[in-house]
Amino acid sequence: MSKPKLAIYWAATCGGCDVALLDTQTKVVEIADAFELVLWPIAMDFKYKDVERLPEKSIDLCLFNGAIRTEEQEDIARMLRKRAKVLVAFGSCACHGGIPGLGNVSDRNGIFEKVYRQTRSTANNDGIRPRTRTEMPEGTLTLPAFHDTVRSLDQVVDTDYYVPGCPPPVDLIGQVVTAVLSRSLPAVGSTLAPDKTVCDECPRERDETKKVKQFRRLAEVTPDPTRCLLDQGIICCGPATRAGCEARCPSVNMPCRGCFGPPAGVLDQGLKLLSAIGSIIDSKDEREISRIVNGVQDPLGCFYRFGLPKSLLHRTRTRSADSETRDD
Amino acid sequence: MSSAEFEPKILAFLCNWCTYAAADLAGISRIQYPPNVRVIRVMCSGRIDPTFVLKALNDGADGVLIGGCHPGDCHYLEGNYKAMRRYQLLMKLLEQFGVESGRVRLVWISAGEGEKFARVVREMTETVRELGPFKRKETRVHVE
Repeated sequence: MSKPKLAIYWAATCGGCDVALLDTQTKVVEIADAFELVLWPIAMDFKYKDVERLPEKSIDLCLFNGAIRTEEQEDIARMLRKRAKVLVAFGSCACHGGIPGLGNVSDRNGIFEKVYRQTRSTANNDGIRPRTRTEMPEGTLTLPAFHDTVRSLDQVVDTDYYVPGCPPPVDLIGQVVTAVLSRSLPAVGSTLAPDKTVCDECPRERDETKKVKQFRRLAEVTPDPTRCLLDQGIICCGPATRAGCEARCPSVNMPCRGCFGPPAGVLDQGLKLLSAIGSIIDSKDEREISRIVNGVQDPLGCFYRFGLPKSLLHRTRTRSADSETRDD
Repeated sequence: MSSAEFEPKILAFLCNWCTYAAADLAGISRIQYPPNVRVIRVMCSGRIDPTFVLKALNDGADGVLIGGCHPGDCHYLEGNYKAMRRYQLLMKLLEQFGVESGRVRLVWISAGEGEKFARVVREMTETVRELGPFKRKETRVHVE
């Protein structure tokens, strides 16, 4: 019997998810042994046209990491969806939009303005910007279109499973591969991580009646390594973040940043976190509350660091000047 | 759609003990107020999860009104303070999202203030009418 086929793809991502696969050490050899790789751009030289030639539903497992920012990424996502039996959103970007999803505070025009004109290091006197088609004497050059809005994988194609994490922890990857090989996957649509929150796995001591008079940023204090970070006024995303990482950030004295996305049953991770943070403020005076709230410098970036595209609003309402009204 | 034709939809979450009773009183007293408000009774303003507010806006509301007991008068002692804290943080977040502050309002209206309830609804209807419809964006769902 021939080996099951495996495709690994990266879209709008940093490459950390691919590195996480290599970090599985001996497991990666097992993976390479158990599967026939048909696509893995970071590690091997495959051509899209070879994958396109594969019949529908012929790839047994596709691990898709990265969000959808460009037309090319969208096309590849659709192409792989057709050919894959099991399509897994692998890592925070594919699951929830991830760090690239923070681009949804701006749009194509806003980002191009910043990158190709406004930054101090930009030297672009001719005001050249990327274009999808450029006519040259030698012929036409093309680039994939850059969308206004970053989307998660499941906002573009049907997605079978979610493996969250930035990047997904090695243990979780091992479990996923084992589940696929032994055909013991749960119901389609499941997130392959525990339903609970990071707080459930966190070893820190908690004060049950949380009271915060002032929020502090990590740059201002060195947290006590044994007490709950929220008790110390440091915003930790643990209460509204799915477990599965064994509290790897709080364990090394860093607050949880929310990369696993919302736990089971939560519609919007940022709003749940806002609700939790709001309720621990220790004041009944409107003006004092206002002062404490202003200690949260950037609620959007803090509460939606890894999940702005999957928030209820998906993106900010504001549009940069002269941006195209067409939303792609 | 011009603002003359636009009738805003306002979803109101009113606490059982004060603001809902105020709405009742406004009705019993036959005080006139715009029919743009849709009321949902909750036990306490402290029950309002910020998710309710954003889901309302996302699902068709142009504005959200939250009504609770005056500070110090909460039936559950401190629920309205909880609402106050969350509201302030939520407004800061909404500003970053580019959602106009007039669309979401937290007010304290006691059971005896039927007239105030009617006035708040009138004010908010006009504010939201001025702002126009809330710009929703559909989630792109994959169509083969």
